[in-house]
Amino acid sequence: MAEPFEPKIVAFVCNWCTYAGADLAGTSRTKYETNVRIIRFPCTGRIDFMLLIKAFQNGADGIIVSGCHPNDCHYTSGNFHARRRWIVFKSMLDFMGFPTERITFSWVSAAEGKKWAELVNETTDSVRALGPFTEYKNLDFTTFNQMDHEAIAR
Amino acid sequence: MARIGVFICHCGENISATIDVEKVAKLAGKLSGVAYSVDYKYMCSDPGQTLIVDAIKEHKLTGIVVGACSPRMHEGTFRKAAEKAGINPYFCEMANIREHCSWVHPKSDETTRKALDIVRTMVEKVKNNTALFPIKVPITKTALVIGGGIAGIQAALDIANSGHQVIMVEKTPSIGGHMSQLSETFPTLDCSQCILTPRMVEVAQHPNITLHTFATVESVTGFIGNFEVDIRLKAKSVDFEKCTGCGSCWQKCPSKKIPDEFNAGMSFRTAIYTPFPQAVPNKPVIDRANCTWFTKGGKCGVCAKICPTGAIDYNTEDTILSVKVGSIVTATGFDIKHSDFFPEYGYGKHPDIIDGLQFERLASASGPTGGEIRRPSDGKEPETVVFLACAGSRDKAKGIEYCSKICCMYTAKHAMLYKHKNHHGKAHVFYMDIRSAGKSYDEFVRRAIEEDDVNYIRGRVSKIYEKNGKLMVVGVDTLLGAKPVTIEADMVVLATAVVANEDAESVAQKLHISYDKHKFFAEAHPKLKPVETNTAGITLAGACQSAKDIPETVAQASAAAAKTIILFSGSELTREPVVATVNRSAAPVFTTCTGCFLCQEVCPYQAIEREEIRDRAGNLLMNAAKVNAGLCQGCGTCVAMCRNKSIDLQGFSNQQMLSEVMGLLNEPF
Repeated sequence: MAEPFEPKIVAFVCNWCTYAGADLAGTSRTKYETNVRIIRFPCTGRIDFMLLIKAFQNGADGIIVSGCHPNDCHYTSGNFHARRRWIVFKSMLDFMGFPTERITFSWVSAAEGKKWAELVNETTDSVRALGPFTEYKNLDFTTFNQMDHEAIAR
Repeated sequence: MARIGVFICHCGENISATIDVEKVAKLAGKLSGVAYSVDYKYMCSDPGQTLIVDAIKEHKLTGIVVGACSPRMHEGTFRKAAEKAGINPYFCEMANIREHCSWVHPKSDETTRKALDIVRTMVEKVKNNTALFPIKVPITKTALVIGGGIAGIQAALDIANSGHQVIMVEKTPSIGGHMSQLSETFPTLDCSQCILTPRMVEVAQHPNITLHTFATVESVTGFIGNFEVDIRLKAKSVDFEKCTGCGSCWQKCPSKKIPDEFNAGMSFRTAIYTPFPQAVPNKPVIDRANCTWFTKGGKCGVCAKICPTGAIDYNTEDTILSVKVGSIVTATGFDIKHSDFFPEYGYGKHPDIIDGLQFERLASASGPTGGEIRRPSDGKEPETVVFLACAGSRDKAKGIEYCSKICCMYTAKHAMLYKHKNHHGKAHVFYMDIRSAGKSYDEFVRRAIEEDDVNYIRGRVSKIYEKNGKLMVVGVDTLLGAKPVTIEADMVVLATAVVANEDAESVAQKLHISYDKHKFFAEAHPKLKPVETNTAGITLAGACQSAKDIPETVAQASAAAAKTIILFSGSELTREPVVATVNRSAAPVFTTCTGCFLCQEVCPYQAIEREEIRDRAGNLLMNAAKVNAGLCQGCGTCVAMCRNKSIDLQGFSNQQMLSEVMGLLNEPF
């Protein structure tokens, strides 16, 4: 009997709000699912969305991007840039047929430890229901690689 | 070749109770690039730090990862240890296995695996760390104090008396704030203006204080030690250089029916006015929204004709004054809910249902009645007055869950003042609880009850309606078995809730400081940093943070001043070197930056500059971006924006972030 599927979720969070919110969840001993791994950025505006692609390529099943609420950015406007970037990025992913429901974009403030726990639990549940992300792994690269070799040979 | 040391902390049992720390340390030791790995009971203790220092020296470590608490907690501690061992402190990273792992998950293999994942992520990051050096920036030793109430006054005087320059900005035409409106102050019943006005004058005359009244903060840029502030000096229409404050203008002004803010709307003022007789500066301004010259296009002009010094100038405009300051004290004060907030008490339609500030003005010798307590509707002395504590406060249904803190005390004071002036009158107080925790506070309330015969009724009032010229106050006495009580009153005073100023949110956004859901400004830490905000260099004083009485406000204002003086005690400030840099290399490449300047557009701090790269003959070869490290705050928005990755953020570089993602997801075992 195979083990039940436990998704790997990578959270890209800002230092000032969501990272601190996750710290607060810790200091308040709020329990949540173990599936999430946090990567700390100074600001959501710093997040290069290509890193999301890299995460999926390397086995992430779901992603959370979270920062300060609008108008509360430690750096004034980084979260607005992140939000714009996310809108464009999402429409591109949608166009390419990527299952964007695997990415959750949210705001969690430094005071919202409970919201952070809920966000992790909800995302884990929804990604668990979606099942493992295999679309990338199932891609057959052999033809591409052959084409590469042939190109190099020429 | 990197030689990384991994140090896993038990944090007593905080971590080791749910994470198999020995296993994490053992497996981390097998990671590529890890030369040494160990676990210990308390890494942050002296022996723990010594263990790290010794290990760095003995194993010639090039970087360390401390698997312990949040970097917000002890990153500084361990960076110092790394520095002590002779390596650059920025080769130290924290793996947060406490707040983000052991405290939020049960004891399980999965929790241990997560801890290892977190440690591995940071090991991969630290391999790509570079040596960084703190940035030193000069400090402008001038403070900006926003708000001229007692909080701002106290902070400004303390800073100015320490020998530093202070710029004070007050939005109304006079400093003094709400305290100048109060009649007497609890618990001593000394006259508010008597203790306040000397301090107001001191501010105006202090050689180190520059006072700007009728002015607001327009924008704030920069950072601790180096803020640039634009102040909007509203058009006063009066040249203060020429004006002598004689008062002929406002005596002759024909627009006399404007509700007087200082008297809480209980009397009228003129369009050209000084808010109150002791105003500082005691020179008038024109309220253009109500002045006939401005509303009816150049008609009237009486004040200009009457002014003996020719100080009236209708053509002045708002001007913007740009100043450089090193620190900012935010003392913008509070407001109260008014009687129109309460449908059950008639939406403020009845003139004899007034709020606490209006009662202060009635009781004040400088108020509309000259200190006689007479009711607003017909000017008669009220024979029965009902005081309602907790009007709005501690009421979830009204959206104000918090206690306004000052009402219990000022209600007792009001009842006493009323009794002292109307000896035969009857004072009733409806209250929920009496919160009088302060020096000599409870004694004061007891005095009201026992010596001044104020009738305290524990219960709330559900309705007030008018009947036969009386205000019927319908409440309940919960100490007499929830018995309904109806009191026929002549006047009702609502101790309405203390709320944030109307413009609090916009002030917070200009200053980039956080605020709570009630729009009170947020302190950096509720216990240990009650004065600082999350934005370095900006402090809080007074009721803009939460409801406070005068002693607390003054104490906090002095604390804010002390924080400012501490900052000004050094000549320069050391800053974290987390800043963006644009790559540079030797000719003929110079940089990969193409000069698109998208980074400049998104930078919130105007930290991106344009650099011209020229050859020896001085011919312009290219334009490239350059980061002003003094202005850069390290958000990294430019880095994510850059199209060819020419700009990078020290401490959170592209390579570091990518390594974290790869390290996190690629499990070697």
